[in-house]
Amino acid sequence: MRLLRALNGPQTLGNGRAFWISFGVVVTLALAYPLASDAYTVGNIAYMLLWVFMALGLSLMWGYGGILSFGQTFFFGVAGYAYGVMAIDFGGGGTTLVALVLAIALAAVAAVVLGYFMIWGGVGGVFFGIVTLSATLVLAFFFGQTAGPEWHIGPARLNGFNGMKDMESLNIPWGSESNFTFEGVSLYYLVVGLLLAVYLGLRALVNSRFGNVVVAIREDPQRAELLGYDIRKYQLVVFVVGSALAGLSGVLYTSWGQFITPASIGLPAAAMPIVWVAFSGRGDITATLVGSFLILLVFQTLTVYSQQAALVLMGAMLLVTVLVAPQGFVIGVVRLLARLWRRGRGGPPGANSAIDADGQGARA
Amino acid sequence: MFAEIFSILYQFADVFAFLILSAAGLAIIFGMMGVINMAHGELIMCGAYVTVGLVHGGFPLPLAQLCGTLSAGVIGVVIELVLVRKLYKRPLDSLLATWGLSLVVTQGMLIIFGSSLAGIGTPEGSFSVGPYTFSTYRLVLFGGAIAALALIYFIFMRTRFGIHARATMQNAAIAQALGVKVGNIYALSFGIGAALAGFCGALYAPTMTLIPTMGATFIVESFVTVVVGGANVLLGTAPAGVLLAAVRTLLNASQGQIVGQIGMLLAVIVIIRLLPEGISGLLARRSR
Repeated sequence: MRLLRALNGPQTLGNGRAFWISFGVVVTLALAYPLASDAYTVGNIAYMLLWVFMALGLSLMWGYGGILSFGQTFFFGVAGYAYGVMAIDFGGGGTTLVALVLAIALAAVAAVVLGYFMIWGGVGGVFFGIVTLSATLVLAFFFGQTAGPEWHIGPARLNGFNGMKDMESLNIPWGSESNFTFEGVSLYYLVVGLLLAVYLGLRALVNSRFGNVVVAIREDPQRAELLGYDIRKYQLVVFVVGSALAGLSGVLYTSWGQFITPASIGLPAAAMPIVWVAFSGRGDITATLVGSFLILLVFQTLTVYSQQAALVLMGAMLLVTVLVAPQGFVIGVVRLLARLWRRGRGGPPGANSAIDADGQGARA
Repeated sequence: MFAEIFSILYQFADVFAFLILSAAGLAIIFGMMGVINMAHGELIMCGAYVTVGLVHGGFPLPLAQLCGTLSAGVIGVVIELVLVRKLYKRPLDSLLATWGLSLVVTQGMLIIFGSSLAGIGTPEGSFSVGPYTFSTYRLVLFGGAIAALALIYFIFMRTRFGIHARATMQNAAIAQALGVKVGNIYALSFGIGAALAGFCGALYAPTMTLIPTMGATFIVESFVTVVVGGANVLLGTAPAGVLLAAVRTLLNASQGQIVGQIGMLLAVIVIIRLLPEGISGLLARRSR
């Protein structure tokens, strides 16, 4: 019960018994799913889930912290390439787990540096977005021109536009002879486990004292400052955590496909997390998780037919979201259902709101 | 010795022209309404495509470039009326909406026109100073950048529209109370900004490969120039162009293109730590 108290609070939707019962059902179904499916499909689902970390990080920064970062793929790329280089240079076995940790740490350090200059410089709003996007595009441009043989770190060739490849997937020493590699079903369980931990961890974070301060800063930075909080420190921590989650996505992606290319950093890739999170509802991590996964699921099917058409639709979704449901569609639908449910039971409307009524809350 | 100095100046002028031409339109729109137009790159692409299409259709290059500029301007006015107008109170949302538009346009163009359009080739002509040979068209580009700055200055400082526009920039509510039609000013400013983007595309069209994603080539330079320049296009954009072009030219000459771009970005990140409101913020504070 004490555990639930830490996870519930004013900053998340879904605090009631009904929510946690359905949460338990979904987790059970997710854990049982590989029994009812083949390894290929399960691996595919793992691939879609691995992007969700990046979306959750953006939801934390943008929805809760009011920091709109367009740099998720920057940290995705930094960690992805770092993992690739280390996995090639250090060889397999337990070292890939070390590579995982170090790659995410590197992304976090990059976020500290970039975040320091921007947050201490007092850059906010639209400038934060375009500076992070500029950094992202320059990184993609940099990796794009590393085709020559002189671009290598140890034996790891960066390979320009074609990207790095043939690094080992995440694996651990198993028995005396062979290593156990995370792929297919085992990768799925790894990703689901990590996702569960990150989701619950973020819920506890945003509902903690720290999370409430972060939301207060989003609502009115000046007021928070006058109340005695050093808002820059809070914003930096939020930026680093959100960016490190993008790094986790990057490592899992590189491990999953054993390659990473500059195309997963530059445009249009950089716009994708924004579309997922805006459409889902940045103000709530549950909405972001569910919405992003559903979008990825639908779009994987669409991309098979035409990648361009899928991206046109992505752009249109962003456009329509902003014009019709600025707080996001998944949140909008949930709100509507909750209001109908309460009206049916005669309870007070809007008692469970994570964003103010006009949906303007997440804007700095 | 003279030839070396000229060569450095020529490279500086080239980088300066690229920064100013790619940023001018974005800076006007941002300064006027606080909106970052993420479809800026696509307006540049529009200017380039119209120019090249008309040249293929038999138009002389300068006329085609004029048409490319104007078509981007008209599209800009339409974007303002249909989309941006609804989002003035929400600058971050207008950024997202125009980004959505940019995705739709780029990928839609890829579907319609395929991955590339036949180019038209850079106009011939070169001159030499000492042992070096230089392309004349690069000087035309520099002239274009100076002309764009002069035009912005003329429009905003010497016309009735400019007075109204500056009043709106300072305080839209008061300007409106004094009878300025703020809506029209916004639409026209957006149109001028879009036309300048089209102008950039039209000028660079002969020098580039025409692909629907070509706008992305300009976007980093336009962003960083606007960030360093700040909110006032009349005060900030030209000094920002000079500063960044100096950094870039020095690094390009000694370390190569990629270090030049990375160095420019790092310079920008340091500058925003020191001058979060950009050069125009600094100058405005001085003059107050």
